[in-house]
Amino acid sequence: MQRTVAVVGTDAVAEAMRQINPDVVPAYPITPQTAIVETFSEMVADGKVESLLINVESEHSAMSAGIGAAAAGGRVMTATSSQGLALMWEMLYIASGLRLPIVLANVNRSLSAPINIHCDHSDSMGARDSGWIQLFSENGQEAYDNTLQAVRIAEHPEVKLPVMVLLDGFIISHSVDRMDFLEDEKAKKFVGEYVPENPLLDAKNPVTWGAFDGLYGHYFEFKRAQQQGMLNAPAVIKMVGEEYGKISGRPYGFFEEYQMEDAEFAVVALGSAAGTIREAVDNARCADMKVGMIKLRMYRPFPAAELVQALSRVKAVGIFDRSDTFAGAMGGPVFVEIRSAFYESAVKPLMSNYIYGLGGRDLSFGLIEKAFSELDDAARTGVVKEKVNYLGLREGEVE
Amino acid sequence: MAVKLKDLTKNKEWLTGGHRMCAGCGAPTAVRQILLAAPQDTNLVVCNPTGCMEVSTTIYPYTSWRASYIHSAFENAAATICGVETAYNALKKRGKIEDDYHFVAFGGDGGTYDIGFQALSGALERGHRMLYVCYNNEAYMNTGIQRSGATPYGAWSTTSPFGSESIGKAQNRKDLTAIVAAHNIPYAAQASIHNWRDVAQKAQKAFAVQGPSFINIMAPCHRGWRYPMERTVELAKLAFETCIWPLYEVEEGGWKLTAKPRQKKPVEEFLKTQGRFRHLFTPENEGQIQVIQDFVDREWETLLKRCGEA
Ligand SMILES: Cc1ncc(C[n+]2csc(CCOP(=O)(O)OP(=O)(O)O)c2C)c(N)n1
Ligand code: SF4
Ligand SMILES: [Mg+2]
Repeated sequence: MQRTVAVVGTDAVAEAMRQINPDVVPAYPITPQTAIVETFSEMVADGKVESLLINVESEHSAMSAGIGAAAAGGRVMTATSSQGLALMWEMLYIASGLRLPIVLANVNRSLSAPINIHCDHSDSMGARDSGWIQLFSENGQEAYDNTLQAVRIAEHPEVKLPVMVLLDGFIISHSVDRMDFLEDEKAKKFVGEYVPENPLLDAKNPVTWGAFDGLYGHYFEFKRAQQQGMLNAPAVIKMVGEEYGKISGRPYGFFEEYQMEDAEFAVVALGSAAGTIREAVDNARCADMKVGMIKLRMYRPFPAAELVQALSRVKAVGIFDRSDTFAGAMGGPVFVEIRSAFYESAVKPLMSNYIYGLGGRDLSFGLIEKAFSELDDAARTGVVKEKVNYLGLREGEVE
Repeated sequence: MAVKLKDLTKNKEWLTGGHRMCAGCGAPTAVRQILLAAPQDTNLVVCNPTGCMEVSTTIYPYTSWRASYIHSAFENAAATICGVETAYNALKKRGKIEDDYHFVAFGGDGGTYDIGFQALSGALERGHRMLYVCYNNEAYMNTGIQRSGATPYGAWSTTSPFGSESIGKAQNRKDLTAIVAAHNIPYAAQASIHNWRDVAQKAQKAFAVQGPSFINIMAPCHRGWRYPMERTVELAKLAFETCIWPLYEVEEGGWKLTAKPRQKKPVEEFLKTQGRFRHLFTPENEGQIQVIQDFVDREWETLLKRCGEA
């Protein structure tokens, strides 16, 4: 029997970490991630895990120590947010370049300046090209489920890439939600034993990690091999998601389609916004609006072909982005990538971008309904009025 | 602990020949002197930050290291090696590892005094069982001789050139060994490659402690200092004899000189051997050598007091 509990999102992640019982957790506190480290510290202090915690002096050192520990042959997990992830940036690339299966929970928070502690996706979007797999969560349950699956995905021999589990700051991290936890034994069995490849701590086979690609130039080949891990990842993520479904009753794929069968227009969203949008879809359906939603879970690797297939049936798509690319009029990152995915496609829906929720600005039903009605118009008239929209912005304040 | 050269030469060489550090470089000598004094019944994991040693000993697909080795970036050798050490403790606790290990980082002065200082301080404070060695050549050599926090006052470097408005480096070096000692770690020392016996004794002590230990070892670089390559050891010795680079250790808080020059030579003897100080001997810069002498005298007096010798 799974345990049904009502806990906050940070506890959901900490619980998954307890069940995973990693060898080493180097971590540094930052709002809104802090409670994960605190709760995990208590688990260590109370002997509930065998893990060793390193209370590093910065996130840069957290990832550096994580890299050392993972290369040594340990299973490594950590957690951070925002500025912490930004400070790790250099080391994120080194973790993926060294093909170390580190799992990191990032509690999404905006990036300074201005300093702001609330949710948006700027932090993890800044790391989207760092070679990490990125899995978004809609709620605490998914954060827990993703964390358990992340270990399996990262350590899979065909993948060998670090995985970032993403959960929205405060909205998920600090809200109490009902969720089910696997029995310890089941979780442990699902995660399995870690068998490291070429660990530093193999006395009979000393190895050199992080060598200098000086004169012969193998960098290009290494990077292509790294891409192969990403190319192999979808099959593994699917397989792990299905297997997880069998033991938990909660199967996972690349994205979830909601009311898409007969939808005339659709929205795409990541993270907690999907929960609100699902409600809004139900309401709109009552008012005879044929709207559907795609909740994107796997952002890296990007399921381009599958998304194109799922979205080709609708006339208009509104893409919700909780961060901006600052590329001028290009729109947010999800928008840019979905548009790019459609380039070869003969059938293209109309597409517009809704940038929302920066710095924790609420996404209300009213705002979603506004987007729905604009998309409905576009679907009927064949014209997109405004390509990039800032939803919920106090226009008058922008200079 | 008496150290015999005959015994040391029987010990395992962890860094093999054939690496690509310059002929006459002081750094590989420092590594060999220290690692020859490592316990013989142990395994090693060595860590380098980015720098001359890293790029010249691990040119893929080759490696000069018989130990397990890791490099990850420039500012994080201390954090990286403490991750390795913690993984070792975790795996040992779970019965997954039998073998014994020691953990050693060799960081350049740039990777230690400057960009890696925070990671070092954090690792020292947390008390990881590791030996951190700073092979000190007083500048960023790998990137072409730029000034560091270890570069002495008046020295030319490519980012502290001398000119009508510049004397060379305008600031004194920081006293990193004392700063490290202020972390109250079990063992910290300053050493120099000209005195292998002193190095070996210090390394033995450093390997034996349960927590962090630190050795700041003078390892001249002829490319950066501008002198003929065969004079490396001689210059290290001159740094000692002029009291520019005193040899001492701080063991459980107790400061001790481990060698004392028979006669303290004027700093000029050291400065005149190197191109990086040549401009100090021009008439326009008269008096600058005295400035350096005063600084060295002051530091030396402070050290003598700390060691109970004044
Ligand atoms: C974050 C970062 N900044 C700068 C560099 C460039 N860099 C590489 S090695 C180095 C200097 C190394 O100097 P030091 O630590 O003294 O070692 P040395 O080469 O003198 O042995 C610099 C500036 C880098 N690799 N990473
Ligand atoms: S440049 Fe200097 S420090 Fe670097 S290998 Fe050559 S002599 Fe050694
Ligand atoms: Mg240097």
